[in-house]
Amino acid sequence: MSRSAERWTDVLLVRTLRGVAVVAAAVVVAIAFFLARESWPMLAEVGVGRFFTDASWHPTEDEFLLLPMLWGTLWATFGAVLVATPLGLLSAVFCRFYAPLAMARTYRRLIELLAGIPSVVYGFWGLVVLVPWIRRLEPPGPSLLAGVLILAIMVLPTVALTADAAIAAVPRSYLQAAAALGLSRWTVLRGVVLPAARDGILTGVILQTTRALGETMAVLMVCGNLVRTPSSVFDPVRTLTANIALEMGYAVGDHRSALFVSGLTLLALVAALVAAAEWVSRGRVHG
Amino acid sequence: MMTRPWFLVLLLMAWGCPDSRGTGERLVVTGSSTVAPLMAEIGKRFESERPGVRVDVQTGGSSRGIADVRGGLADVGMASRALKAGEEDLHAFPIARDGICLFVHRDNPVGELTDDQVVAIYTGRARDWSTVGGGTGGAGAAITVVNKAEGRATLEVFLAHFGLASRDVRATVVVGDNEQAVKTVVADPHAIGYVSIGTAEHSASRGVPIRLLPAGGVEASSERLADGSFPIARPLTLVTREEPAGLVRELIDYARSPAVHDLVRELFFVPVR
Repeated sequence: MSRSAERWTDVLLVRTLRGVAVVAAAVVVAIAFFLARESWPMLAEVGVGRFFTDASWHPTEDEFLLLPMLWGTLWATFGAVLVATPLGLLSAVFCRFYAPLAMARTYRRLIELLAGIPSVVYGFWGLVVLVPWIRRLEPPGPSLLAGVLILAIMVLPTVALTADAAIAAVPRSYLQAAAALGLSRWTVLRGVVLPAARDGILTGVILQTTRALGETMAVLMVCGNLVRTPSSVFDPVRTLTANIALEMGYAVGDHRSALFVSGLTLLALVAALVAAAEWVSRGRVHG
Repeated sequence: MMTRPWFLVLLLMAWGCPDSRGTGERLVVTGSSTVAPLMAEIGKRFESERPGVRVDVQTGGSSRGIADVRGGLADVGMASRALKAGEEDLHAFPIARDGICLFVHRDNPVGELTDDQVVAIYTGRARDWSTVGGGTGGAGAAITVVNKAEGRATLEVFLAHFGLASRDVRATVVVGDNEQAVKTVVADPHAIGYVSIGTAEHSASRGVPIRLLPAGGVEASSERLADGSFPIARPLTLVTREEPAGLVRELIDYARSPAVHDLVRELFFVPVR
């Protein structure tokens, strides 16, 4: 290939990549701009304070209390991450260190399959199986607990697969050195593999957290969607995403604008999470 | 270089606001999820009789139907209620009638509930099935009160009939569309909910384990709705911004004509006369 042709393809590649990057960034900016524009009437007229101090969420009667839904989202996400992270990590360790090769391969395929199931299917399963099961423990059934468990199952593959990949990427020489020192398998895991894979595992945890924050359909079907700050895991909750999905088609005027504020809040949560992750990983991994 | 990203942002935003007002022979119909299945069938038949015409039916709730017609995003809006105060600027054309009925799980032995009992259940004064004569577990079976999300037309009609305000309702579960209400009650033998009679009869006829409760002593069925004796009824309405003309007029006239009465009955609604 001649030099000029080579240069030409290079230029084309760079231009294409640049274009794609600009489009990707522009989409985020456009969405943020759109959310801000649509929620502006509400924020300007009503003010931020009322989302925290109003008596209840009855947007058609001019009551805009968002706080219980913010708590709903935070608790459901936190619970799901708390349940899914150790499970995902253990699953990855099992897959890489304890399972026979054939079993590990099958197991990984199964986890990948779990990641591919549409959320509405999880929601339906939750409604038909999980919710009646929780009702037997403590009525009414549709609850924060149901949401946490469904979300945990849904985000488990994310952390399991990223942790698996991170562990696989630990250089072989580390393992060989550890083996040469005669360390036990558990000591190798705790002292060498997990610290070396921490960056990747953390990424997986953040990915699963954002996924749990944004999940809508399954949560909508199992959480009961009552706008009330939960006082126990058996209380129904409504998340910000479920709020948008439930009411958007039916909302006009201030009500609609208030739903965009829900969306803006979600976006802010995700942004805060990404920023925190950036800060944590810089401090710990490259520090 | 600085201007290029902004140009793209603007381009994307322009792209995000599609001009869905029909160009040529395309009609956009949006609104109520109760009316949408019927309108979709009517639209198909209309298309088959008028080659070249496309009727695009999108769901999203009565309020969306009204808003889209006002904003010029849709040619025709669908609402599962009559026009409210403040909507007199629009033109309404009833195409069918629907009722709203309370329903429970098939295994729930409760008989008829009086209006007072329904109000007691939905305001949290009656919390146990034993106080209203039903429930599978007898005493101690807490009622799961299934309510609809704020803004839904079904909720508005229900509240208006029982003289309730949205803030008085003490629900256990809040659901979105009719289908979700049915699924929630099917999954919980202690639940009570309300949906369109059309949806409830259609589900029950396919073997879904639900039972429709009578209202005011009148059985909940499309026959009772047709003879006008069922008390919780509402018109299914098509809405336009201006006095309809041309193709829009033809579609509305068609949707109100006897040519579609079989479709209306198939979905367990009652044709207008």
